[in-house]
Amino acid sequence: MRPLHLAAGPDDPRRSDVDEWGRSERVRSLARAIYRPVYAKWFRAEWEGMERIPASGGALLVANHAGAVPSDAPVVMHGVEERLGRPVYGLADYFFRTVPVVGTLWSRAGGVPARPDNAYRLLHDQRQLALVFPEGVKGASKPYRERYQLQRFGRGGFVEIAMRAGVPVIPVAIVGSEETMPVLCQAPGIARALGLPYFPVTANMVLMGPLGLFVPFPAKFRLRVLEPFVFDVPPDRDRYPKSRVMEEAERIRSTLQGAISDMLADRRSIWFG
Amino acid sequence: MGRRVLVTGADTFWGGRTIQVLERDPEIDVIIGLGTQDPSVHLERAEFVRADQAYAILSRITRATAVDTIVHTFLLVDSSLAPAKRIHETNVIGTMNLLAAAEASGTVRQVIVKSSGLVYGSSAQDPATFDEGTARSRAAKTDVERSLIEAEGLVADFADEHPHAVVTVLRFANVLGDDVVTSISRNLSRPLTPAIFGFDPMLQFVHEHDVVRAMEFAFRSRAGGIFNVGGAGRLPWSEVAAICGSRLLPLPPLRPELAIAPLVRAGIFAFPPELAPLLRYGRGMDTTRFSDTGFTYRYTSAGAVAAFARHLRLRRSPGPAGERYTCEHDVEEFFRRSHAVTRPPGL
Repeated sequence: MRPLHLAAGPDDPRRSDVDEWGRSERVRSLARAIYRPVYAKWFRAEWEGMERIPASGGALLVANHAGAVPSDAPVVMHGVEERLGRPVYGLADYFFRTVPVVGTLWSRAGGVPARPDNAYRLLHDQRQLALVFPEGVKGASKPYRERYQLQRFGRGGFVEIAMRAGVPVIPVAIVGSEETMPVLCQAPGIARALGLPYFPVTANMVLMGPLGLFVPFPAKFRLRVLEPFVFDVPPDRDRYPKSRVMEEAERIRSTLQGAISDMLADRRSIWFG
Repeated sequence: MGRRVLVTGADTFWGGRTIQVLERDPEIDVIIGLGTQDPSVHLERAEFVRADQAYAILSRITRATAVDTIVHTFLLVDSSLAPAKRIHETNVIGTMNLLAAAEASGTVRQVIVKSSGLVYGSSAQDPATFDEGTARSRAAKTDVERSLIEAEGLVADFADEHPHAVVTVLRFANVLGDDVVTSISRNLSRPLTPAIFGFDPMLQFVHEHDVVRAMEFAFRSRAGGIFNVGGAGRLPWSEVAAICGSRLLPLPPLRPELAIAPLVRAGIFAFPPELAPLLRYGRGMDTTRFSDTGFTYRYTSAGAVAAFARHLRLRRSPGPAGERYTCEHDVEEFFRRSHAVTRPPGL
């Protein structure tokens, strides 16, 4: 069910290419042009197994989340869109929407509030690629000493959505993200005062002051796409057995954790990989 | 036997339009328009009753006329057009009395209610697209939203208690058209249009022709249930303003209603409380359920905006239209009734 802009006569009244999610390919390609040096020169992102992400059809990408202001989402979205030439919608906390300017840019760049109905519509009805971090805020806000330790995968909602939409879950293990913005401690008082989901004090802030919010350290990014998880359950059910859902979520989590540990064991340097 | 229809809000835009459409239907025997002021349109064969929404009067009318269908167009969905107290009186008390009167007559088989997507609200937690079963993300704060939810609740109760009756609730997206006046259409007709700085929400529109067609379709098809009605696709508010040839007037994100209050007071803009969240987070509705009953739209969301923009350009060039057609009714009336007009037999 792609957006239709017909019936308005021969000349299309649309003036922008913003789709019903608020994403604009024009804005996205501009963002990619700006981000290209960051991706290639700063993070020097390298992928393994990108061919496991399908060139068409719906799939849910699932990755580990890290760094106070996470760079993992833009890196994954940039890399996949450049290679496959198809949009990736980033599912994230609705909080972004409430911030002026940021919310609009986030939405134009492919951000979508993480809700089961949004995810289902994207994956099932429109056969799109969506990226989700099942750890959510817990992943991005965890202190540096817990780096690369996967947090709880929510309540397994992402597995249920993939089952309902009949799409595979494709785990992406990311190494390097934790070192881009190490979280030293939390400042819950500031978070409350500003109405933010969390307010971490990062090493970047200690070194650079407020600029540290925007400048990540140039850690080397390695990304490994793992074997897709395909669930042999009928799609479009209202409910799936909670035991099965939790089992699959746990399986995906431990596979992802295993891949991360494997990649960490191979990594000689944080900065050079 | 043909159908007998009661239309509420005959003195309003939507009631008048609905009556005009129903009058063309030869299968309808009786059309009764209800309103507190003069009817908004010239009535061909519908009968107008000037009545308020008190139960005693309504039940006498429904009993005496034995109507089988009620088309309830008179729900206020724009709080810039009426004071808060009247919104509650009209939407909640009016609907309650109307449904009680429908029950009292015992002849009503179909009720069609013109509601609004406002029942879903607008908030950051919202899904991109609401379907008919999606709950609101946050409790309603504005009078008009609360009263609409309450009115729909009364309709749902009625549907539960009268399983033999077909009850249709149509939730319309933001309406644009040549004649309907809403807060949004008023703002878009100005050279500047209020927007909230840093927000560019995705909005859905439905053309006024499609609104009337949807009500007529619901009447004919007797499809019961709740249906979202809106044009396909959504577009950003900035694009809507651009198509209409209006520039954005950015209001501060904190308390935008205070910043624009003087201009609202001066009658330049309309900025009712239910508009502020819409200009922040927008709203989208899934309209597949209604399309599945067989309804086809003439306008997409963008198409409705473009049609409205054409109308605006026309209005700006030769000035307000409408006055030129005043004699038409009288001439038509002459043709219809005068003995001087010769008619071929059988007409």
